Amino acid sequence: MSDKLHIDEPTGTEFVGHEWDGIQELNTPLPRWWLWTFYATVVWAIGYVVLYPAWPLVSQATEGTLGWSSRGDLAQEMSAAEEARAATFERIAATDITDLADDPALLNQAIAGGASAFKQHCVQCHGAGAAGYEEYGYPNLNDDDWLWGGSLNDIEYTLTHGIRWEGSRETRLAFMPAFEGIFSSAEVDALAGHVLSFSGGSQSSTRGAELYELNCAACHQPSGEGDRMQGAPALNDAIWLYGDSRANIRQQILAPRHGAMPGWSDKLDPVTIRMLAVYVHSRGGGEAEAIPEEPQISDEVAAASTEEGNGNS
Amino acid sequence: MSKNSPDQGVFEGHKKLEKNVTLLTACTLVAVAIGGIVEIAPLFWIDNTIEKVEGMRPYTPLEQAGRDIYIREGCYTCHSQMIRPFRDEVERYGHYSLAAESMYDHPFQWGSKRTGPDLARVGGRYTDDWHVQHLNDPRSVVPQSIMPSYSFLSKTTLKVADVSGHLTALQTVGVPYTAVDIEMAENDLYAQANPELDAGDLEERYPKAQVRDYDGDPARVTEMDALVAYLQMLGTLVDVESAAAQAELAEERGR
Repeated sequence: MSDKLHIDEPTGTEFVGHEWDGIQELNTPLPRWWLWTFYATVVWAIGYVVLYPAWPLVSQATEGTLGWSSRGDLAQEMSAAEEARAATFERIAATDITDLADDPALLNQAIAGGASAFKQHCVQCHGAGAAGYEEYGYPNLNDDDWLWGGSLNDIEYTLTHGIRWEGSRETRLAFMPAFEGIFSSAEVDALAGHVLSFSGGSQSSTRGAELYELNCAACHQPSGEGDRMQGAPALNDAIWLYGDSRANIRQQILAPRHGAMPGWSDKLDPVTIRMLAVYVHSRGGGEAEAIPEEPQISDEVAAASTEEGNGNS
Repeated sequence: MSKNSPDQGVFEGHKKLEKNVTLLTACTLVAVAIGGIVEIAPLFWIDNTIEKVEGMRPYTPLEQAGRDIYIREGCYTCHSQMIRPFRDEVERYGHYSLAAESMYDHPFQWGSKRTGPDLARVGGRYTDDWHVQHLNDPRSVVPQSIMPSYSFLSKTTLKVADVSGHLTALQTVGVPYTAVDIEMAENDLYAQANPELDAGDLEERYPKAQVRDYDGDPARVTEMDALVAYLQMLGTLVDVESAAAQAELAEERGR
């Protein structure tokens, strides 16, 4: 079949001898660079098989002489990172949360650590700028209106045990009774009017004041200042968790919604929780054991509060 | 030029192979089978892929229904369920996934594309309310999200054609549902999302099962209930951070 004289003239390459409808196949040799690259990959593969896990055997793959494993690699990287921040973590853990402010450098580190944990665990509900999504009941953390208290200890407690969170027996727990079927529509209207009157949004009425005194004042207090011990929101400011319209307030009287926040004691270590508390406290609404405002933070707070004028806690 | 002349040497036999279709097919089959055996067969016996992990259990009928909705809506095209052993992933999503954690997945949802975040350990991270809000209107709580709205799930009553049959099919492919599980499937499906119904021993047969109304509408069981139930259990079964699990993982070699 083969014909030694059968040489393709333009290229000088020999034909293989296959022919399809007059089209013939040339026996072009592989380019040298390609061939040597191929040999190099073979050598590389042999080296790889020796050094790294490769051949699957009975219960595991060959280990490789380097002893490398992806999980071991990760463990190393994680422990290196942990070591790098261990000193700071220890100092934060050893410092009482209210004393952190005495060491501005440490406080800054805690705020930075908290900010980064916040980005991962909190922004989904409280928003990237901690301004919350108020219309859905996710509170703004930048203002000074707090449901359960805005001191460092209060915030740390809320973070640890959550709000209405089944994971902790000490969770913040409060439920407003539903008044559906108890008040007539006119009574609910009167009550909503009275509630709105605290913040100057409406005229009060005798009936509304009476109903409020009887049914609401125990928790929300006589002039609507709320009670943090019970998690009863203040009603005398412009900050509303489920909307400020009369319809919203009516709905909340008839069938109150109760937001929940997961506690983080089972997911985060105490130091991270503490750093988060310090960060949230530093956002502008921190109370009581007040820490001096950090200059680089007050800019952020200013920006956040202009973009989200209306807040809640 | 003609060093590798087709007429000479080892390549001569090759011609025979190329010209005989039956022989070529047979030899191709053998070559592919060798590759297949080396790549696939060890998965059935090496420890890494068959390790038993404490806590794994089959999905409850409601979770399974949610999983079917997850697949139906193509969630896997944007969300993976596989946390790889890298620091950036572990710090963001939690402990890396173990093979055993998807042992009852038919089909598994590891995915290969992350337009949205990985969901392998999303269970318990957010409240039910948040999930419902986010599925109804993703941009309301994540302004930069490009996820489509799935608000119709809240309006669609959950319907599973033959719950027991569904579980039986899964049992056939190796998911260890018991006879009681299969018998009670229909009841389990609705009782897990409706506290008014009697869940019986659901929580004993399915440890760590969460029984509650998920979508904020206790009056009926919707597809939202099922999907949120599924999301809330993802990654919650195995206590990967437990000391025993960590010690075991630290000793692993060759993987």
